[in-house]
Amino acid sequence: MTSGIRFDAVSVAYGGTTVLDRLDLTVEPGEVIALLGPSGSGKTTALRAVAGFVRPVSGRVLIGDRDVTALPPYRRGIGMVVQQYALFPHLRVEANVAFGLKARKTPKDEIPGRVAEALEMTGMAAYAHRYPRELSGGQQQRVAIARALAIRPKVLLLDEPLSALDAQLRSGMLAELARLHRELPDVSILYVTHDQVEALTLADRIAVMDKARLQDCGTPQDLYRRPRTEFTASFVGNANLLPVTVTADGVAFDGTELNVAPGDATPGAATLCVRPHLVGLGEGPNALRGRIVEVQWRGSTHRLYVEVGGHRVKADVRELRETPLLGSEVTLHFAPEDAVLLAAGVNDDH
Amino acid sequence: MLVHSRTGRWTAWAGFAVLFVPLFALPFLVIVAASFSTNWSGAFPSGPTTAHYAAAVRGESLQALTTSLVTAVTASLIALTAGTWAALAGAALGGGGPWGRRAKRVLDALFMLPVAVPSVVVGLAVLVAYSQPPVLLNGTRWIVILAHTVLVTAFAHQSVSAAVVRLDPMYEQAAAGLGARPSYVLLRVKLPLLLPSLNAAAGLCFALSMGELSATMMLYPPDWTPLPVLIFTRTDRGALFTGSALAVVLMAATLLALLAVSRIRTKASYR
Repeated sequence: MTSGIRFDAVSVAYGGTTVLDRLDLTVEPGEVIALLGPSGSGKTTALRAVAGFVRPVSGRVLIGDRDVTALPPYRRGIGMVVQQYALFPHLRVEANVAFGLKARKTPKDEIPGRVAEALEMTGMAAYAHRYPRELSGGQQQRVAIARALAIRPKVLLLDEPLSALDAQLRSGMLAELARLHRELPDVSILYVTHDQVEALTLADRIAVMDKARLQDCGTPQDLYRRPRTEFTASFVGNANLLPVTVTADGVAFDGTELNVAPGDATPGAATLCVRPHLVGLGEGPNALRGRIVEVQWRGSTHRLYVEVGGHRVKADVRELRETPLLGSEVTLHFAPEDAVLLAAGVNDDH
Repeated sequence: MLVHSRTGRWTAWAGFAVLFVPLFALPFLVIVAASFSTNWSGAFPSGPTTAHYAAAVRGESLQALTTSLVTAVTASLIALTAGTWAALAGAALGGGGPWGRRAKRVLDALFMLPVAVPSVVVGLAVLVAYSQPPVLLNGTRWIVILAHTVLVTAFAHQSVSAAVVRLDPMYEQAAAGLGARPSYVLLRVKLPLLLPSLNAAAGLCFALSMGELSATMMLYPPDWTPLPVLIFTRTDRGALFTGSALAVVLMAATLLALLAVSRIRTKASYR
């Protein structure tokens, strides 16, 4: 049986409100796809449709070649980890991990080995006899992952698995999840998150969701370097979104001709996306003159907010020896290849 | 602390004593004192004896105690099963759209009915309903057990319902996601997590059944006389001191059983 997940025009509605609108998406066998979006974007609904906790009003969900749209959750053969862990409080760690195996009537003599293997994989073997309440948040999350992995699912659903952890634990668990995926190359993973760092780090592809719809889908590099919509540009990484005018002669911002490849952009209003860390201080190509309105020191970098023709441009520059003065005139520049032209929809507040 | 000053605290304690002693403590003390006496004509009882207790744990009295215990245990177990079932079914109905929620309200109201209706009415209703074939229970112990079950199921249903509402659905979903069928989820996840409330409900049902009199009076057959009925008939015939000893035995038996139930510690209660 091939694994993988396919959404085939899946729509979900609650009481007349569409929370997922005709989602088409395929997670290839062994692939990690991050569903990235703000809350209420439909990403968790999509995951719950795969798990079987919500029933689509139309469309099909396939796991492998099997149409599971009408199957109850317990017949779908998935592993799932949720934000609040949901470890059974009345069972010890080992019994929690063995739960899925017993529920699926795995032969009794196989269970201890599989439990030990799953706990080993997540580094929780030493805690097998503890109760969940005796573990820290990070440890509970590892047990939840071990519990999901013990049943050797072909499909693993992760619903904001790291959002209840503090920042330091989160980056540790992120590396851990990446390692687990390398050890389990056949498992397809659907990873729901609102955190772009998690998505960029883990995912083979990112599906950006907003307002119940899939906005964009591509590899992290692709979405980061060549976003197709303003929403993607601002949600995946930071972005300066500048309103520009495309004419037959080229691209102009605030009356200044820019050296930017117009590509296949249609003449008229458009949005130019430039990442703040690709904006340099000083003279260079595409020079923009403006006044500093805010400075933030961020340790290794300075974030400058520069007002250029009524628009705020963000620039992340390597830590400056002297903090620039507010109100001083500066020149910013960016390389032509670092700018991306997007379809219009003026929005320079991100 | 609500009351800060020393005088205020003393006043509060005094107020508590004035209310508690005559309302709660004194009647029980009087019963206990009377159970050890042969005569009470002055301010205090006289003629101390333990003869009433010797009689209370023999013959007819012992039989009445056993009858009460068997009735209470049986009625509580049936009530707990039915009440839990109804509470779980109600929760499932409540999650099923507007019609489901309406059905749940009707179900809840039906199960609350025995609380709203005076128990003497419940007794009469059961008597009228089961005095004719095809289900002729009148004259058997089962009519008493049935009436007790009807009366206490309401409390079981209510206390388990409250716990079911608090039960986080994520446990059920996590279990289903791991491949557990609904029956497996019920046995291995939901019931263990509900165990503390089931315990409490069982204790409540048992205590209520042990003390039930009004419905029982209308129904009890000669060979199935629960202890409260015996206490009533004895004191009614003027045997106040024997009745007092029986009342103390009833209290003690109920308290012991409640204590035993409360000792059942569950892992879930350590959450």
